[in-house]
Amino acid sequence: MKVVGFLLLLAGWLLVLAALEMLAAATPRALFVVVGFAIEVLGLVLVFRSHLAVAEVES
Amino acid sequence: MPPPAPWTSEITTTLCLLAILLVPLAVAGLALLNNGLGKSRSAAHAMLASMCVISVAAIVYAAIGFSWEGFGGRAAHVVSIGGKPWDWIAAQPFFLRGIELNGSPVSLAIVLQMFAVAIAAMVPLSAAADRWRLGAICASTAVLAGWTYPLFAHWVWGGGWLAQLGKIYGLGNGFLDTGGASTIQAVGGLTGLAVVWIVGPREGKYTSEGMPVGIPGHNLTNVIFGCLLAWAGWLGMNSAGAMLFGGAAPSALVLVEINTTLCAAASALAAVVTTRIRFGRPDASISANGWIGGLVASSAATAMLRPTAAIIVGLVTGLLVALSVEWLELWLRVDDPGGAASSHAVAGVWGLFAAGIFAGLGFGGVAPGQWVAQLIGIATLIGFVLPMAYGLNWVLNRVIPYRVDSDGERQGMDLHELGAGAYPEFMVHSDDFIQR
Repeated sequence: MKVVGFLLLLAGWLLVLAALEMLAAATPRALFVVVGFAIEVLGLVLVFRSHLAVAEVES
Repeated sequence: MPPPAPWTSEITTTLCLLAILLVPLAVAGLALLNNGLGKSRSAAHAMLASMCVISVAAIVYAAIGFSWEGFGGRAAHVVSIGGKPWDWIAAQPFFLRGIELNGSPVSLAIVLQMFAVAIAAMVPLSAAADRWRLGAICASTAVLAGWTYPLFAHWVWGGGWLAQLGKIYGLGNGFLDTGGASTIQAVGGLTGLAVVWIVGPREGKYTSEGMPVGIPGHNLTNVIFGCLLAWAGWLGMNSAGAMLFGGAAPSALVLVEINTTLCAAASALAAVVTTRIRFGRPDASISANGWIGGLVASSAATAMLRPTAAIIVGLVTGLLVALSVEWLELWLRVDDPGGAASSHAVAGVWGLFAAGIFAGLGFGGVAPGQWVAQLIGIATLIGFVLPMAYGLNWVLNRVIPYRVDSDGERQGMDLHELGAGAYPEFMVHSDDFIQR
């Protein structure tokens, strides 16, 4: 789960970079950046959840 | 971001150098803060670790860090994507060879960042206090000062692609961060979070049901005094950063000092009120984190905010820091005794986003697309810097185990690693009375 979380973080960032190159108009580009950021948030949630799961097993 | 300031007089150079010379006070303040928020049996270790961090960071940054970071307008590696230049890393010589160390803007930037990289490296130290071994701390600091910090700082301050978002893609003035809310604070805070994930919580921090046990800092006087020292250091850091990386004129420094102070003050008060409401009494250590968080948030665009905006940014920062300390500890099981993830990463990210909303208001308006540029910078921190910091520290942990063994943790880092305690006449610890 942790690896998937970190991969989602990277994927979100790459989406943000892709928005810069692929879209010229301001509104679609901003939307794409927001979507990329939202994917990063999802990845962050997964990383935190995997950390929680490990902590629960250890305790 | 605007191009570096034109350096027209000796007075400008002197003023910038004086501001830079205040920055070690921020380093000293953070060292005291780390010391006070940790256990008494690890107090000497915390201070020695701070000194080692400063030493390693300064040497590694001067040896190789600056060659990756560079400075605006100097040689860099540029990749062309879609016909647009992407400046991703500097191409300067190692060991500062060939750099004019004579009061030029680049030389002042080097001095500032030798101190700044020490601040960034001390943030993880506070997050993993009481269980992180000294050798591993030095190794992790070397990686931070030699790679993570310079790479991201090049993108923001060295003329890299984030700085050029405005020029190339028309996004405001490019990613805005004149005082280091991202390069120093968020990079340090996110690295701290990565290190905490790797080393895990301190022994006895969580019960078998997963409830956190309060382990109070051993010296709150040091903590609050550290905050006050850090204030002086931040005034210098924000001033020098505004001049070197934001193109601010010396006359703009008055606004920098006012905004830095207002933001920290509002944030500390918000943290006091929030903890009073949440816990029935104000919490001194969380309020101290609120103060530091306010300083951190002010760094993003302190020369481009109206004082009212600085107060609003500070109030939100205090609330966010107080709540995030609780969330991280209680719900996410992140044992971060120094509150580094909250006061440096969360506050830094909020300060950067707030810069996209408020920077320029009252000075001709917010540049169109500025908030998108800020969001791209934040996305880079979370989507690139955090995984990279975790990966590098994960690999290092395999080579040099980060965490002290169980006996060492119970004995205390002072006796275990240094062979002597900070307070030899006071050897009684509260958890000595806990039945095991």
